[in-house]
Amino acid sequence: MLVEARPGVSAASHAGWVRLSHWIVAASVLTLGVTGVLILMVHPRLYWGEAGNDLTPALIELPISRNHRHGGWTAATPFFPGSASPVSASRTFDIFNQNGWGRSLHFLAAWCLVVPGLLYLINGLASGHVRRHLWPSGREVAPGRLSREVADHLRLRIRAATGGPDYGPLQKLAYSFVVFVAAPLMTLTGITMAPAVTAAFPVLLRIFGGYQSARTIHFFTFIALAGFVVVHVVMVARSGFRRQMKGMTLGR
Amino acid sequence: MLARRPEVLPPTYGNLLRMGDTFTYAAHRALLPEQALVKEYTTADLTSFPATGTVNPADQKDTALASAYRRLHDGGFAGWSLSVEGRVRNPRVFSLRDLKQLPSRTQITRHTCEEGWTAIGQWTGVPLGAVLDAAGVLPTARFAVFSSHDDWVDGIDMLDAFHPQTILAYGMNGRDLPLQHGAPVRLRVERQIGYKSMKYVNRIVIKDEFDDGAEKGNIRNGWAWYNGI
Repeated sequence: MLVEARPGVSAASHAGWVRLSHWIVAASVLTLGVTGVLILMVHPRLYWGEAGNDLTPALIELPISRNHRHGGWTAATPFFPGSASPVSASRTFDIFNQNGWGRSLHFLAAWCLVVPGLLYLINGLASGHVRRHLWPSGREVAPGRLSREVADHLRLRIRAATGGPDYGPLQKLAYSFVVFVAAPLMTLTGITMAPAVTAAFPVLLRIFGGYQSARTIHFFTFIALAGFVVVHVVMVARSGFRRQMKGMTLGR
Repeated sequence: MLARRPEVLPPTYGNLLRMGDTFTYAAHRALLPEQALVKEYTTADLTSFPATGTVNPADQKDTALASAYRRLHDGGFAGWSLSVEGRVRNPRVFSLRDLKQLPSRTQITRHTCEEGWTAIGQWTGVPLGAVLDAAGVLPTARFAVFSSHDDWVDGIDMLDAFHPQTILAYGMNGRDLPLQHGAPVRLRVERQIGYKSMKYVNRIVIKDEFDDGAEKGNIRNGWAWYNGI
């Protein structure tokens, strides 16, 4: 159920550079998500620390591809005497693997996210966009105010769209989380999986606790981002879809 | 003597994804320090290590290649040799003993497979740079192209070739390199994803211009040539 806009609402529309960034980033994030799932399907096991593979225990196994199967390996042979020795075993079956184009498209989309994203961030901070539109005030995130907003949103009792950056507190929290927490975390954990990058910046491995920790954090941050995308699209659709789309494409 | 940035980039055949790979390659070469070393671990960090891809070249479809390897393996690799050819002053072959007489390096590093799994192993071998110096790489050389007993072709640029952690490994975890992990010699390219660390190496051709390995190479099979990411 849509309610009237708050009195004294700003008549601003989304700036041109915001609109352009939004769609470039949206397309990149969608591509990253799809290719990311494809990549995960090749090895649907998550670990913690530096190393993890089919011969070591996993933190979580995800049943998302036929590579989730157990078995199909030769008998394990130990490298050293003693029962605690690491082992070697050989894979005897062909796995599902689309990583040739999958990884290359993932990284192409990553460039399309990071370069425009960084420009958006710099311009956002310099122009006052972040301060005026994205960053919530103390009043807006007071517990009483927030619990009311959450209750309203759960009942889909939301304000009609103005077609511009007139964001409520939950929106500001969500967008700030995406811009300042989730996106940087995805980027940093992502490049921590690049051997050439961690050779140059070993601090990345220390921050995240190793390659596999970075990969696991990358996955869970993706889950949070995917949740954001679903809620975002539903809220855009339910707050006046045509006005919102016009506001974020042609402007007002 | 060696160019800072290669004037020749991998071919893309008009493929947008390969253009993206090449952009990443150029960005890494431009932005990352040339001699950065990957993290080296201790023996306490060694982990179990899967063997994937070819695990025995004697089992491959090409019967000529298969029996050639089987004979070498059964002879304890006494008859094995590594051929170094192309843009070098002294093209020559190295036996396993020749390689073991060159300076050796032991490194405990993380193998990062494109599939998403990782394993930590200890590798002992000769720095590729020492082998290339023995053959005398010419100043115009830009790429080292490797061939293997199971018919792979792949290459690296001179920066990676002379990197201190790029070795031809004949030992793993303190013993001879096991059959399934690339016996008798595999390449280790530590700053790139695992498939660049070719198993069962038997030939190195030094080239001035880019050679993508044609139908046997990565690019025409849909994989990035440079994979530092």
